[in-house]
Amino acid sequence: MSAAREQILATIRRARGRDGDDATFHAAAEQRLRQPPRGTIPARVDRPPAALIELFVEQALALSATVDRVASAADVPAAVAAFLARENLPATLRAAPSPEIEALPWQDRPALTVTYGRSDGQDEVSLTPAFAAVAETGTLMLRAGPDHPTTLNFLPDTHIVVLRASRVVGPYEDGWAWLREAGAMPRAVNFVSGPSRTADIEQTIQLGAHGPRRLHIVLVEDGDGR
Amino acid sequence: MEATSRTFKDNARRALVEPDLQQALARMKAGFVVNRAAAVGRLPEFDALRDEARAIKNHTLAHLDFYLERFEQMVTAQGGHVHWCRTAEEARRTILEICRSVGAKVVTKGKSMIGEEIAINDYLAANGITPVETDLGEYIIQLRHEPPSHIIAPAIHVTKKQVADSFYATHTNLDASRKLEEPRALVDEARAMLRQRYLDADVGITGANFLIAETGSTVIVTNEGNGDLTQTLPKIHIVTASLEKIVPTLEDASTILRVLARSATGQEFSAYTTFSTGPRRAEDLDGPGQFHVVLLDNGRSALLGTELQDILRCIRCGACMNHCPVYGAVGGHAYGWVYPGPMGAVLTPTLIGVEEASDLPNASTFCGRCEEVCPMHIPLPKLMRHYRERAFDKGLTPPLPRLALALWAFLAQRPRLYQALTAIKIRVLGALGRRRGRFRKIPFAGGWTRHRDMPAPEGRTFQRMWDEAGGAR
Repeated sequence: MSAAREQILATIRRARGRDGDDATFHAAAEQRLRQPPRGTIPARVDRPPAALIELFVEQALALSATVDRVASAADVPAAVAAFLARENLPATLRAAPSPEIEALPWQDRPALTVTYGRSDGQDEVSLTPAFAAVAETGTLMLRAGPDHPTTLNFLPDTHIVVLRASRVVGPYEDGWAWLREAGAMPRAVNFVSGPSRTADIEQTIQLGAHGPRRLHIVLVEDGDGR
Repeated sequence: MEATSRTFKDNARRALVEPDLQQALARMKAGFVVNRAAAVGRLPEFDALRDEARAIKNHTLAHLDFYLERFEQMVTAQGGHVHWCRTAEEARRTILEICRSVGAKVVTKGKSMIGEEIAINDYLAANGITPVETDLGEYIIQLRHEPPSHIIAPAIHVTKKQVADSFYATHTNLDASRKLEEPRALVDEARAMLRQRYLDADVGITGANFLIAETGSTVIVTNEGNGDLTQTLPKIHIVTASLEKIVPTLEDASTILRVLARSATGQEFSAYTTFSTGPRRAEDLDGPGQFHVVLLDNGRSALLGTELQDILRCIRCGACMNHCPVYGAVGGHAYGWVYPGPMGAVLTPTLIGVEEASDLPNASTFCGRCEEVCPMHIPLPKLMRHYRERAFDKGLTPPLPRLALALWAFLAQRPRLYQALTAIKIRVLGALGRRRGRFRKIPFAGGWTRHRDMPAPEGRTFQRMWDEAGGAR
């Protein structure tokens, strides 16, 4: 299809009505890619980190996510166990094989079975870390990789996310900045705002369309690590 | 899909007396319109973001070749493939070849308007491959063998009773006496039926809301999670996207995303916004082994530099149709092809020819609400007016309106005659209509008076009153 490629590009260039020095013409575009400018950032995120965390929680709750707040990472297994019991869910977790999750003191909760890896569709509950969270809209930013299989975000009925409070940013753009610092673009970046939903039948909102029916966030108040 | 845009007037007439459709359209007004207004009200920066979104797309279109080439470079560098396709036929063939390369039998699909535009489902089915729509609305209309009637809510015209009927007829392996009265039961049944399909599929096809030149990423914005299952589980992920979906950077996409969901469903942000970049990496535990982008032109590049270029800024939010009094009265199917409403009235003649769709740009009162709510500031009435002119130039306008326009043009160029005649007309009509104050019928204007009365003029022409009030000439 390279003939198609050449023809499409030729039509685009002809429409611009000039030819020749493309490099000069595209200098502004080059510059935009080198140093991506930010657009208007909503003033609602213009607040100190502690208030951003409150905004994130408020927005996530409004999206029908649930939030538990714990004082430290060591409290996560107990909070997860309590959540599972409360919701009548099995004490079995399929977890992301990430150092952050593996390092949690699961041995304190011997009744919990934790296995690591991708989901094959048979898991009821998954547990993953979050790369960041965007306070602006109560959105989790999940980064795919060997330590975080994407299937965990979508196949299980219940998705539990362990979020460190220091990873809460204001706007999406701050999340992109962290991602660029961390290196190459991962295979997938999933922005998740509440559980799966649909309004395709008579415009009535139903949670749990094809993805998780429940999104539960365990927020670890690890202070402002920035 | 066979276009029926030629019979728009008949389609519309039928739609107006369809009770289920009229009910569905009433729900739409209460839902989308109210929710959008609330979401916009919560974001004081909305108008500033709209201006920026327009500027981003205008910049991108000015450098379209540069950004598309960069996008291709980045996709290729990550082990993906970009397939440039001039026509729907080239895109269909490309997709079929990719599917055949792995002996695909079942293909799952996320919602994609490009998929509708190139009618990929019928083509795959004709070639022995089963396409399975996974978005709930698309799944419903696939079972009903119908096109979508709205670009973001494809089954908005279907009642829950009709959905239940389709499910009873199709899911014959389930207990026939099960209850399917509530949306919850319908959603759960579709979820259960489609679960295995995701896992069985050899290829997953999605659309794209954005292509990112900087990173070679494709972006989908969804609520159900079906798009993500579609693109994560099979061996191959094919993205179908038209070339104007490109934006330069992640920041640019973020700016436009801020106006997209708010304009579409009135959400602050959709449940899932996913940036996909290439196939699975060596150490990854999941993700597709191959990543293909089918980049479709289908006549869009020819719009660059013309009066119609502005339509290439469209981000397919559906706000124009949600707010359109004509769409609100007749629904999407009347428009007769893939894209309905004001954006469809511009895009349809562009893509299938003004000869096929000359009624669509006329299906507007030019009230301007579409332009007012468009997050990308597309001057939709102006673009529709342009197509009206084009249809007139091509002789597609019927004889009576042509004659009327010619007569009016003759008079408009002779102001004295025009004023004298209108003064007489006003006096005569005023005298004739004095008793009732309105006319039920007017000769040669039966089309206009069939659905409403013409108020009788009271007194003098505007010009006369202007002169009497000492208005400047």
